[in-house]
Amino acid sequence: MTNRIERHLYDVVVIGAGGAGLRAAIEARLAGKKTAIISKSLFGKAHTVMAEGGAAAAMGNVNSRDNWMVHFRDTMRGGKFLNNFRMAELHAKESPDRIWELETYGALFDRTKDGKISQRNFGGHEYPRLAHVGDRTGLELIRTLQQKIVSLQQEDFAEFGNYDARIKVFAETTITELLLDGDKIAGAFGYYRESGEFLLLEAPAVVLATGGVGRSYKVTSNSWEYTGDGHALALRAGATLINMEFLQFHPTGMVWPPSVKGILVTESVRGDGGVLKNSEGKRFMFDYVPDVFRRQYAETEEEADRWYTDPDNNRRPPELLPRDEVARAINNEVKAGRGTPSGGVYLDVSTRMPAETITRRLPSMYHQFKELADVDITKEAMEVGPTCHYVMGGVEVDPDTGAAFGSVDGLFAAGEVSGGMHGSNRLGGNSLSDLLVFGKRAGEHAASYTDALIKRPKVASADVTRAVETALAPLSRQSGENPYTLQQDLQAVMGDLVGIIRRDGELTEALKRLHELKLRVANVGAIGGRKYNPGWHLALDLRNMLVVSECTAKAALEREESRGGHTREDFPKMSPKWRQINLVCSLDDDGDVVLERKPVPKMRDELIKLFDRSELSKYMTDDELAAYDAPAGEAE
Amino acid sequence: MGTKRHFRVWRGDSSGGEMQEFDVEVNDGEVVLDIIHRLQATQTPDLACRWNCKAGKCGSCSMEINGKPKLSCMARMSTFADDETVTITPLRTFPVIRDLVTDVSYNYEKARETPAFAPPPGVKPGEYRMQQIDVERSQEFRKCIECYLCQNTCHVVRDHEDNKQAFSGPRFFIRAAELDMHPLDARTDRKDYAQEHQGLGYCNITKCCTEVCPEHIKITDNAIIPMKERVVDNKFDPLVWLGRKIFRRDELEAQPARAGVSGGENMAPSYSRGVTGDAAGTPFSSSRPPEAPPLGPDGKLDVAEFLSQRAGGPSPFGDEQTFPLGPGKVVYNYPASGKDDDTVEEHGGTAH
Repeated sequence: MTNRIERHLYDVVVIGAGGAGLRAAIEARLAGKKTAIISKSLFGKAHTVMAEGGAAAAMGNVNSRDNWMVHFRDTMRGGKFLNNFRMAELHAKESPDRIWELETYGALFDRTKDGKISQRNFGGHEYPRLAHVGDRTGLELIRTLQQKIVSLQQEDFAEFGNYDARIKVFAETTITELLLDGDKIAGAFGYYRESGEFLLLEAPAVVLATGGVGRSYKVTSNSWEYTGDGHALALRAGATLINMEFLQFHPTGMVWPPSVKGILVTESVRGDGGVLKNSEGKRFMFDYVPDVFRRQYAETEEEADRWYTDPDNNRRPPELLPRDEVARAINNEVKAGRGTPSGGVYLDVSTRMPAETITRRLPSMYHQFKELADVDITKEAMEVGPTCHYVMGGVEVDPDTGAAFGSVDGLFAAGEVSGGMHGSNRLGGNSLSDLLVFGKRAGEHAASYTDALIKRPKVASADVTRAVETALAPLSRQSGENPYTLQQDLQAVMGDLVGIIRRDGELTEALKRLHELKLRVANVGAIGGRKYNPGWHLALDLRNMLVVSECTAKAALEREESRGGHTREDFPKMSPKWRQINLVCSLDDDGDVVLERKPVPKMRDELIKLFDRSELSKYMTDDELAAYDAPAGEAE
Repeated sequence: MGTKRHFRVWRGDSSGGEMQEFDVEVNDGEVVLDIIHRLQATQTPDLACRWNCKAGKCGSCSMEINGKPKLSCMARMSTFADDETVTITPLRTFPVIRDLVTDVSYNYEKARETPAFAPPPGVKPGEYRMQQIDVERSQEFRKCIECYLCQNTCHVVRDHEDNKQAFSGPRFFIRAAELDMHPLDARTDRKDYAQEHQGLGYCNITKCCTEVCPEHIKITDNAIIPMKERVVDNKFDPLVWLGRKIFRRDELEAQPARAGVSGGENMAPSYSRGVTGDAAGTPFSSSRPPEAPPLGPDGKLDVAEFLSQRAGGPSPFGDEQTFPLGPGKVVYNYPASGKDDDTVEEHGGTAH
């Protein structure tokens, strides 16, 4: 094995081959750019396949009263008004087009009676809004985009005799460093997992679409890939991260058997009639409806049950509250000693629907439980509990273009790795449409950024040498610390001290322990060679996980309120003052995390008028409300 | 609560390797992939293995467990006897990269050769109308998670490297079937494509692919057999034959009107001509005498065979099949499609 470096020239490099990455790549290629897609796993295996419920888009196919304004409202409500309003607006306006476009790529969604795309109910969405394919919508999305890329490659083959002429997938490849020329992106450096050989992609524009950070948590639905690579790459390149304290804990992950701990039970189980019960058999969600939602949710089991067949005349069951409310309720029940032996609660569909209806409506759920756990959901209840699922925070981006803020040019981000769109909490179904809307935008604007460049940025060879040294360092310490042990220790710190319910003392302790881990990670070792060596790969991922965890812990300590995916036991209320503040992380010259407060962008007048004053009064300060009341024109 | 259990794991790379023995702790409710992770964390940090979702949804962790192709995240330890040794080997049909990781690029090459969905001309995004009952047939095939267990188990390529060029395998037969049954796909030649470019004729319906499919897609019954039947219909029905020879004037003028994709038929490099082209010299596996399985360099049988109940490879026809076949059951493979329209140009313009 040599230190030979394979060099490639591209216009746009997309890091990440999930929904956002593939959509961005399609757009960059359609704009005529030579595009590379970096996939940490095989092509088509991305974490997007795990999304089950659907993609939210206000097409109004099932309820014609739905439109982008209702969707926008739901998204802002779900995010507790901390969302970047412009992103929520673009998302609500553009997602129907993005879904329809998928049909022209060959997607086959479930249909309504009149042949349109069917849409289903989901927590936090006022109308049935989620385009879906049974409960494997994520798989359909990734396969459709994958096949569209193949079809573009076939066009290129017809034209140039080479499939890879304008769009190439680098499967099982990890990027470890972004390379800069001054403040401009000049390329990306990484290695092929398969061979351990290095590669350098020289490109003026990079789109980050690397997904989330869940692998730093003990109980998580995320795969090994979710080590926060994009977050860390962005930080090191001079970009900023916002709202890293907001992590979504999916309320219903499997807690038994241990091998599948963390695997999600889709929310559509609840949307289709599943109910949550504690060990005493009580349907406890009725006790946890917060005041802000009181009016929209049923107060009796009878009314809740009527809603499934007659949603227009009844209020919805409290099982369909936003995810954070459900997660917190389950956490409370378990802490109060009313949980199952494995530390969860029961989710029951078996007594609510005939077995045949369950297998038809939730086929892969049924399949998954039967095969993985030998549990028959048509006969017995499931044991579920909160699971680290999604990070709302991420790279701070320009809402329209996806360009990263901070000191760097030519860096774009889309999908879970970007922040702002979902505020403090993401609604189910909004992630798949987020991928499509902002994936397209990032690809489009990365392409036009390269057009506007006068001179192509150049990679400095000193930077490449340094990147090679960093990558090889763990292998030179064959007796260094075991990366798996370090990962477990990190997961314990984050799971126990920066988990779903947070406290001042624990967060301070977490920061201290993260600092100790940082010193240990600097001494991590990997035995064996460079060829497909998972120990080495993990050793390199650890430093990304660590810096992102530090951002989360710091921001969680700073934000003294409870909102969406951030719950402080010592500050249990939402604070209108904190609603105006985004917490922004960057790295200083020594590589330490620096935290800053920045104002949340102010919603435009016509958008804020979509809300009732009574609703806004729960979220906003008196000054903001006075501005709302002021006659048009006088408001600032 | 864990107990120690005995495992044999193949370790090595393209230059060779060996089975290594391990004793590993196993807890209640675990699957084989958990054991591999425990091995990595405690004994062999560099043991190579692919995995992602650990929930049977991504199809990454395919391997052979006690000789059977499986997803290791779906192989519950409780399905083995308490004192049973569990043998884990990489997929045999694909070249080994390292340990349990194999080079599956064959599948990605075949995927690239399969013509993509052709959008119906003149139908705008948002105007697609399809009935649920019509999309369901294709949806079954779109459940595929691309674990490639079917490709791995298919005897046409499992022990016959030579067939890989001409044969796309069950995964891509269901892709062809999916597009064939897609209510709005603009191409009409999916079946013929499967026959002539994907090597559909090599398949002799042993259903091994259906058996190993973790998504329980009825690959043989719902995709391969219907395509074979209709290919046969087209070839033998005199009316269809006549229809292929005679065009209406508008068809003559309009051809080759392929929607959406430039390059038409030519975009896939079709070295294989199914039963007629490159593979013409290779007899069907059904007409070959039985072969003993290949021996390794050490003179011993490969591990998958080693675990079989009897000497020799498993019957490609399945254990239930006895010979001779009754006259009604003999599958006759039509020898050539070259009699009427063999060249690509002619074929591309043919309306069926």
